[in-house]
Amino acid sequence: MGKHVLLVEDEINIIEAMQFLLSREGWDVDTHSDGATAVDKVRAMKPDLVVLDYMLPGKNGIDILSELRADPEFARLPILMLTARGQGRDREQAEKAGVSRFMTKPFSNTEVMTAVRDLVQLAQ
Amino acid sequence: MISVNQLLGVSLAYVAFLFAIAFFAERASIRGKGSWLRSPMVYTLSLSIYCTAWTFYGAVGYAARSGMEFVTIYLGPSLVMIGWWWVLRKLVRIGRAQRATSVADLISARYGKSNLLAIVVTVMAVIGVTPYIALQLQSVTLSLSIFSEPGQPDSLSQAAAAFWVAVGLVLFTVLFGTRNLNANERHDGVVIAIAVEAVVKLVALLAVGVFVVWGVAGGIGPMMERIDNSTIGEWSMDRSRWAALTVLSAAAFLALPRMFQVMVVENEDERHLQIASWAFPLYLMLMSLFVVPIAVIGLDILPAGSNPDLFVLTVPLAEGQGGLATLSFLGGFSSATSMVIVATLALSTMVSNHVVMPVWLSTQGTGAQVSGDVRNVVILARRASILMIIFFGYVYYRLSGGGAALAAIGLISFVGVAQFLPAMLGGIFWRGATRWGALAGLIVGFAVWVFCSLLPSFGPDAVLSAAVFEQGIGGVSWLRPQALFGIEGIDPTVHAMVWSLSLNLAVFVAVSLATFPTPLERLQGAQFVNIFDHSTQARGWDAALATSEDLMIMAQRILGPADALSLFRAEAKRQGLTGHLPEPTQGFLQTLERELSGSVGSATAHAMISQLVGGTSVSVEDLMAVADESAQILEYSNRLEAKSAELSRTARQLREANQKLTALSVQKDAFLGQISHELRTPMTSIRSFSEILRDTDTLDQAEKTKYASIIHGETIRLTRLLDDLLDLSVLENGQVSLNLENGNLNDVIAQAVLSAGGAHTTRLRIHHMQSDQDVPLSTDLDRLRQVFINLITNAQKYCVAATPELTVEILQQGGGLQVVFHDNGVPIPSEARALIFEKFSRINDKDGSGAGLGLAICREIMTRLGGDITYEPRADGNAFIVHLPGRVALAAQ
Repeated sequence: MGKHVLLVEDEINIIEAMQFLLSREGWDVDTHSDGATAVDKVRAMKPDLVVLDYMLPGKNGIDILSELRADPEFARLPILMLTARGQGRDREQAEKAGVSRFMTKPFSNTEVMTAVRDLVQLAQ
Repeated sequence: MISVNQLLGVSLAYVAFLFAIAFFAERASIRGKGSWLRSPMVYTLSLSIYCTAWTFYGAVGYAARSGMEFVTIYLGPSLVMIGWWWVLRKLVRIGRAQRATSVADLISARYGKSNLLAIVVTVMAVIGVTPYIALQLQSVTLSLSIFSEPGQPDSLSQAAAAFWVAVGLVLFTVLFGTRNLNANERHDGVVIAIAVEAVVKLVALLAVGVFVVWGVAGGIGPMMERIDNSTIGEWSMDRSRWAALTVLSAAAFLALPRMFQVMVVENEDERHLQIASWAFPLYLMLMSLFVVPIAVIGLDILPAGSNPDLFVLTVPLAEGQGGLATLSFLGGFSSATSMVIVATLALSTMVSNHVVMPVWLSTQGTGAQVSGDVRNVVILARRASILMIIFFGYVYYRLSGGGAALAAIGLISFVGVAQFLPAMLGGIFWRGATRWGALAGLIVGFAVWVFCSLLPSFGPDAVLSAAVFEQGIGGVSWLRPQALFGIEGIDPTVHAMVWSLSLNLAVFVAVSLATFPTPLERLQGAQFVNIFDHSTQARGWDAALATSEDLMIMAQRILGPADALSLFRAEAKRQGLTGHLPEPTQGFLQTLERELSGSVGSATAHAMISQLVGGTSVSVEDLMAVADESAQILEYSNRLEAKSAELSRTARQLREANQKLTALSVQKDAFLGQISHELRTPMTSIRSFSEILRDTDTLDQAEKTKYASIIHGETIRLTRLLDDLLDLSVLENGQVSLNLENGNLNDVIAQAVLSAGGAHTTRLRIHHMQSDQDVPLSTDLDRLRQVFINLITNAQKYCVAATPELTVEILQQGGGLQVVFHDNGVPIPSEARALIFEKFSRINDKDGSGAGLGLAICREIMTRLGGDITYEPRADGNAFIVHLPGRVALAAQ
């Protein structure tokens, strides 16, 4: 498949888990832990999918999302947002900012991988 | 029968007697032995100048003509006296406080010391009182004519008699009233003389009455019968006339210049009013006691057509009682003379103070530039005024032909002076009254009086033609003097009174409301209306601007060199200065103004001093008084302001509370978000890896072990997080109970190092600098140890030096102790330092094992232990310093 995914996440154990799950399905996984430089990373890499954590050092997921959506190039980029904050307001904010899919941690592996597949299909 | 010449002799002897009394009284007063002159009884008797010849002779005539109606003339003043504490007390208090010398002075003072108003009142008073003086002349002349024997008519023609009586009264008044000038305008001699005259007239009238009842009628019983049988008992009473006349006499009692003179100006002590309040009505009652009997007997025994106004004389004469008749004559003479003297005195003060002196001063330049001795001018002005006023009376007497009944003339005067009442009472009870209101009211009321009462009194075709009476001015029917606005059929006196007073009052109120008072008016208004609230005179002078010499020059001109010098000397002495020039203090200026106002009136005195003080008629004190007047408004506005301040304070508090709540809510959200994050993150790993382990068959052993370890580590992290949260929650809520123990600080540190895994188990090398001696302490050792462990494990986790080291050292600092944890790691960035003790703040948390609660817990524990924990960056690393308070250390020593 050779599809690129950028995993923006600062928790090493979650990176480990997601990396395992994505690469098992044939994804080419890149990881990035710093919020402040995440947008640059996306611009440079132009991934097919972004898995974005909400709470990141430097810049939070919502701001990164808004910045990406403001760029026409990434207006339709599939972005899956994951958050551990678990508050209803965050989902609203994310949807307003143009998130493709919003999931609350902890998630089941099946769930998150289904979501990834859906997003890719939708994008095609 | 007594001849006229005998009578004149008796009269002269009587006058000489009065003069002697007055003379000795004055002398006693000057020597300071005159306190008896100012007793309440003398005050009460002096009030009896209300009872003039009109009362003495006229009351009987009045009764003979109109029955009991004469009582109204006594009723009005009695009501005023009985209700003294309402109007009279205020009037006297104000008059004394303001040093008012006359009605004109009082009204002018009230309305901003307006001289225009003083002049108008003076002119009106002179015109209003002139018929009254004429009345006295007429009564004396009439009474004299009774004694002229029928056989030798015109031995003394009536006109000539009136003339000589007038001349006599002028001399009398000049001698009595203008012998000296003093500041308070009091006349001890005059007062005592009129008190004696009061006794004489009462005794005379009572004597005639007793003679009539017991000598003529033969006792009380028969007297009553004769009264019942006479026409006097039959006359029904006209209610409107009764009410009007009672009001009128009350008004005149208050507004008559001579009444003001004895009641206010000559008043020595306000408390005298209290006694006069019952004694004077009693006097009036005695005066009226025998009026009806005398009238009834007079009508009975004298031939029809006899003048009832002279029954008091003619009844004794008809009964052959020459002595009694002479006494009666003296009584009438007393009534007439006392009235004329006091009325003329009061009027001459007004004329000289408000008309002559201002005019004279304005021709001479003002203030200190006045040349010559003003005193002579004042005395001359007074004497000229006396002459003029009595002359006016004489002219009026001649013009009116002496025809009208005494009572009718008296009532004309009453209505005239009653015009002062709205301005007077309005001035002392209503702060809204203004100068222009008073002036307009006075002028309108007076004009109506002149047209409806004064001019008609000369009779048709004398001044007003009969056509005017019939058809009105220029044939305008509603301008008839006795039927204004076409309302006919009212008694002329009531008509004049109702119209003049009601128009006066209406115009006074309307113009007052439409005009705005000047500052001085406002302040005087406040002084008058609130007289009982002001203990002292609030108005004063800005003394600094006047020089004593200027004042001295002016005072000498007006008071006379000797009086002025003694006044200035006394003040200088009082101030502790030598010589005759005192400091021109405010108090002294007030005293001086008062002294001057006795000679030239308050308006002029005020004007003169204000010239010297720099032309400012409103001083700081004035302004204070004005402020005092508007205190209510200020207070109200202050209250409003306070209220609004309170409201905005409440609003601010609410806003702050709201902000706090919002901030708290944000904090709570952030906190919940943090906790959720901290809990869900390890759970995410646990769930994900446990699913991987469960669902993936292809995992090798190494992978399985790795993922299981991750799960294990995350559960430990979760447990620790929960422990920390609970711990922090307990600490923050203050629910923690401290377990105090005695111990040694070195031991506690050693235990902490051991608990953290020992000094050598991790890469971090820990140097515990043991102090030489034991450091005993008494505190919760477990909690303190927890703090130390936290700090050590933080160093283990975050110290990133090549060879990480931690030095633990105890320092004595003041009374307390410091335990310094000094590592050689990278110093915490300055922007993060402020937050390190806050919950969930993590710096360089590479492995994510910390929840950021450790230092927050440390701070909470140290606060509970009474100490503190601080951070200091060091050149080679970081230092966390645990502060232990002195009592922790000392307690164990």
